[in-house]
Amino acid sequence: MENNNLTIKLKVWRQENAGAKGKFVDYTIDDVNPDMSFLEMLDELNEELIKKDDLPIEFDNDCREGICGMCGMVINGTAHGPKSGTTTCEVRMRQFKDGETILIEPWRARPFPVIKDLVVDRSAFDRIMVAGGYIDVKTGSAPDAHTVLVPKENADLAMDMAACIGCGACVAACPNASASLFVGAKVSQFALLPQGQPEATKRVEAMVAQMDEEGFGACSNHGECEAVCPKNISILAIARMRREYWKASVH
Amino acid sequence: MRFSTFSYSSLGKKIYMAILGLLLVSFVTVHLIGNLALLSPDKDTFNKYSHFLTHDIGGIILVAEILIFAFFFFHFLYALVVQWNNWKARPIGYKKVKNAGGASKKTIMSTTMIYTGLIIIIWLVIHLLNFKYGEEVMYTTKDGMLIRDLYATVTGYFSNIWNVIFYDVVMILLALHLSHGFWSAFQSLGLNGPRFMKFIRGFGYLYAIVLGAGFVFIPVWVYLTIGGAR
Ligand code: HEM
Ligand code: FES
Repeated sequence: MENNNLTIKLKVWRQENAGAKGKFVDYTIDDVNPDMSFLEMLDELNEELIKKDDLPIEFDNDCREGICGMCGMVINGTAHGPKSGTTTCEVRMRQFKDGETILIEPWRARPFPVIKDLVVDRSAFDRIMVAGGYIDVKTGSAPDAHTVLVPKENADLAMDMAACIGCGACVAACPNASASLFVGAKVSQFALLPQGQPEATKRVEAMVAQMDEEGFGACSNHGECEAVCPKNISILAIARMRREYWKASVH
Repeated sequence: MRFSTFSYSSLGKKIYMAILGLLLVSFVTVHLIGNLALLSPDKDTFNKYSHFLTHDIGGIILVAEILIFAFFFFHFLYALVVQWNNWKARPIGYKKVKNAGGASKKTIMSTTMIYTGLIIIIWLVIHLLNFKYGEEVMYTTKDGMLIRDLYATVTGYFSNIWNVIFYDVVMILLALHLSHGFWSAFQSLGLNGPRFMKFIRGFGYLYAIVLGAGFVFIPVWVYLTIGGAR
């Protein structure tokens, strides 16, 4: 069989720890199978680095199938790489040309400080969730399906919003490092359902306050977030969050 | 929610900016319609309109002027605050940024709002000094009113091609500001949905083009018919 394997040049952000000054380091990796995932390519490189007694490149990942939201890098200037609707772990090496130089940077935002290399601290998102991204309910046996009526369209839309995996690509891609798409999706998934109503005003106020407190920028409606979102969440989620905020403002 | 919480939040500030922006939009629209009086071959048309605004509507003009000043001032102030916070949110930038394309609405217009805006406000000061606070030539209209000949001031100013170019460049920048700003204001207010998004973006572009073309055309017309090319 013909060998289509690629030679890839990498320029990777290396940073010792949160306090250290980082820099880009060049690597060349030969014999990259085009069917490899991007993270597998980095695994191969890391093995070589370990053999050479170098420190491997640290990057976050877990499921490697686009559902957990752990992975995330800015690849050649685009969060999660060149294709829309995918996470970094879903990027395949066949999307790159033989001999191409790939630039890899961590998410950049004040609320997402780099911990090491390509790993950033995204606990700001957790704190936003703690502020209001939940409903207080008595859990018990499931009620009859018809006790709470939900229009089909709302159920579908709420599901679209709930698809957010909290990867942070929206923040990474936003020129203002705004978390509006994330918060918009989280606010909307509850706002669209009856179960979210009792705490609706409290929730949006608390989540927006926490978002601002963390130091994310404001939304200028550039829409880059939607374009890089692995779940294609629409910026209409942000419009809905703003409507919820209006409602809360007169509450 | 407390009023202060709303006002200091990132969402509230953008909501204020959007309302102020749309109020400015209504002002510039009326201003353009008024300017069309310059196209009349009879200079009395424009001068009487100007006289009407400044003398015949009593205190309304003062209230209007204060309001319009406030719209500009607070839109400008919020722009500085919001933009400053946005810059602060990313202290370390990327080595490379590529527009993601696809669903993105990011354009050169959306990323230069602060620059087009700053140029507009600097220009605004010059604009007021040239015209509103410019030379006051008095004359008598055909029906015997002794009023200010603002028409002479304006046409005199636009008889210089460089003044025409300067004015038109700024008007193009205003149109660029609004090509993003118009739809963006609705989105900032939360007034958007899947169908409305298509409409408002299209309408915003159309509005920006029509408004820009109108403002650009008038000085060119003045220059060609009565100004420097006379
Ligand atoms: C006085 C100088 C001005 C400055 C410094 C300025 C600055 C800005 C900036 C930075 C934004 C983007 C805010 C963001 O999304 O982050 C903006 C939005 C906007 N501007 Fe201006 N601008 C100025 C004048 C004007 C004028 C004269 C108009 C209308 C005729 C206008 C209409 C708008 C509108 C409608 C928006 C959209 C608001 C939103 O998305 O919430 N601006 N302006
Ligand atoms: S590793 Fe789970 S989404 Fe990429």
